[in-house]
Amino acid sequence: MLKIFKMAVRNTHRYARRSLLIVSLIAVGVIFVQVYMAATNSYKTLIISQITDSMLGHLQMHKKGYLVSVENVPLNMNLTTEQTARAEAILKANPMVESYSTRIKLGGMISNFAETTNIRLAAIDPKKEFKTAPLLPSRVLEGNNNLKADEVLVPELLAKGMKLKTGDTVVLVATNKDGSVNGKQFTVGGIIETAPGPGGRDGYILLADAMELLRMDPPEISEIAVHLKDFGKLDTAFNALAKAFMQEKTKDGKPVFEIHTWEKLSPFASIAKMIDMMTLLVKIMLVAIVLIGIMNVMIMSVYERTREIGTIAAIGTQPNTILAMFMAEGLCLGLAGVIAGNIISVVVIYGVRLLHITFSFGMREGFILTPSVNPLDFSIISAIVLAVAVFGSLQPAWKASRLEPVKALKSI
Amino acid sequence: MSIISGKDLKKYYLAGETKVEALKGLNFTLDPGDFAAFVGPSGSGKTTLLSLIGCLDKPTGGVLEVCGTDVGKLDRKAGARFRGEHIGFVFQDFNLIPVLTVYENIEYPLMIVNPLPENERRKRIMALLEEVGMTDQQHKYPDQLSGGQKQRVAVARALVTRPKLVLADEPTANLDHKTAYMILELMKKMRAETGTTFIFSTHDQKIIGEAERIFTLEDGELTGTSRTGDNNNA
Ligand SMILES: Nc1ncnc2c1ncn2[C@@H]1O[C@H](COP(=O)(O)OP(=O)(O)OP(=O)(O)O)[C@@H](O)[C@H]1O
Ligand SMILES: [Mg+2]
Repeated sequence: MLKIFKMAVRNTHRYARRSLLIVSLIAVGVIFVQVYMAATNSYKTLIISQITDSMLGHLQMHKKGYLVSVENVPLNMNLTTEQTARAEAILKANPMVESYSTRIKLGGMISNFAETTNIRLAAIDPKKEFKTAPLLPSRVLEGNNNLKADEVLVPELLAKGMKLKTGDTVVLVATNKDGSVNGKQFTVGGIIETAPGPGGRDGYILLADAMELLRMDPPEISEIAVHLKDFGKLDTAFNALAKAFMQEKTKDGKPVFEIHTWEKLSPFASIAKMIDMMTLLVKIMLVAIVLIGIMNVMIMSVYERTREIGTIAAIGTQPNTILAMFMAEGLCLGLAGVIAGNIISVVVIYGVRLLHITFSFGMREGFILTPSVNPLDFSIISAIVLAVAVFGSLQPAWKASRLEPVKALKSI
Repeated sequence: MSIISGKDLKKYYLAGETKVEALKGLNFTLDPGDFAAFVGPSGSGKTTLLSLIGCLDKPTGGVLEVCGTDVGKLDRKAGARFRGEHIGFVFQDFNLIPVLTVYENIEYPLMIVNPLPENERRKRIMALLEEVGMTDQQHKYPDQLSGGQKQRVAVARALVTRPKLVLADEPTANLDHKTAYMILELMKKMRAETGTTFIFSTHDQKIIGEAERIFTLEDGELTGTSRTGDNNNA
């Protein structure tokens, strides 16, 4: 077996220029895919963490049916105190949950006595909220991010339009679920930066203030956002939690809760999907390059070495051994391409990091592209290329092993 | 007792629509240890006959037994195994494996075809290198050798598995007369030491005299056989 590989390696040296060409081709393909994947992954992770950590959380729980009418910020779709307690118990019992935050989402009007306009608000408990959406405090542009009673964090665009500053007095007016209108005076505690995606233009108040404004008694909750310890285990966590929540039924046997991952809540998920599709496409192109390249080289090799094949067949080499010899040659070419490609990929990926390439997302600029070497991606791509290299040499090798010795010996 | 026997051995080729009768029913036997030559003009069927004996091709008709085996009945795998075990080949164009050194070329059959342990291989190869006078060239690659040297390596490769039979189709056609003669002497010497049966084909009148048995082929038919003593050397 070792001998077969030794011969294979020497045979690749024999057609040095051709081998070098195919090895470079494979290497370039590998580099392209590895760097592309590292870059898009870095971009994706960064954007996803921006979205989930700014406001969304990794997962969200609502009362069943809330999400379809989320645009109206319905107040008749809230979780009761007992239901909230059940949900909190489930979340506390799951070891994958890092933190959660209970929220009331509401729509209302904001007035500075000169102008009145619509506002959407998220009422929160800052301690829980800042753990669940850890980037939220950094979005407070002006003022204090330590939200206090009777304070409101006003969204950036709205503050600009109404010329609101920290310390200004405003009145928030909201309609409660019975239809009666109530107002309450607030101080602008800070201005909050706009973030892309749903909830990115919400103002923030305390839960207690929202309950007062909405005359809520007993207290209710419209949304629970969850932050996981390991975002990589999103699917596992989701499945476990979904199972637990689906067991909570109303009296007539319908589920109480609904649970969604960030992907169902943010339009960026479809962009992330598209990036994944592109990655798949790039991988398919790599497979095609390797397949066609290796097949071409191996077909040439078999053709040129027909007499040699005739000779080794004549002196008793078994067809399967001949097959193995040529497959080993294809594998060696693939392996050389993979090794060279991976080494250069690592260099390029770290090079890109040094370049400090920046991009903007939403209102924010200056995100730095920091691609990293993902051993799993590297192994998968390498395995694919090697498998395809072997597969590509299969047909030519098969042909070689089936040559008739007499005919092969006669060829020039 | 014979090592090879052909009975009404026929081989036809189909060249398009026309049938070429390359061998038209040959009857012959060879004994172990024979040093025999097939002679005849171009196209008389020498290569065809050697391919059949060497189990590289199958007869169209008749029976051909080599080393007690009806070689017409062997399939591809069994044929390869049979060749590896019983037959050594020497080719007109030497056909050494270009990516292997002299030593490795001789080693190849013991490595890939009939595997032997390393120390045993080494002993056999070194002995053969000595016999063919190539010991000091053993690390060279085929393209660094002269034709005569290549053919000596080929003879060593053919003998390394200790076959019962060595087949050589025009082994000297690409060599000058003096070298050709030396190669035949070498083969004869090896025959004397190992008792291996050697069969070669040629249309070179000058070296025919080296053979002890001569089969004359003409147009696919055996037109004469003769036995000479080993006394007409130059
Ligand atoms: N594959 C083939 N297809 C068709 N005809 C063939 C084939 N191989 C050989 N022949 C024919 O069979 C006959 C015998 O050919 P063969 O090669 O055995 O002759 P030879 O005695 O070896 O000739 P040479 O001295 O030129 O090598 C010739 O007429 C040749 O044209
Ligand atoms: Mg011939």
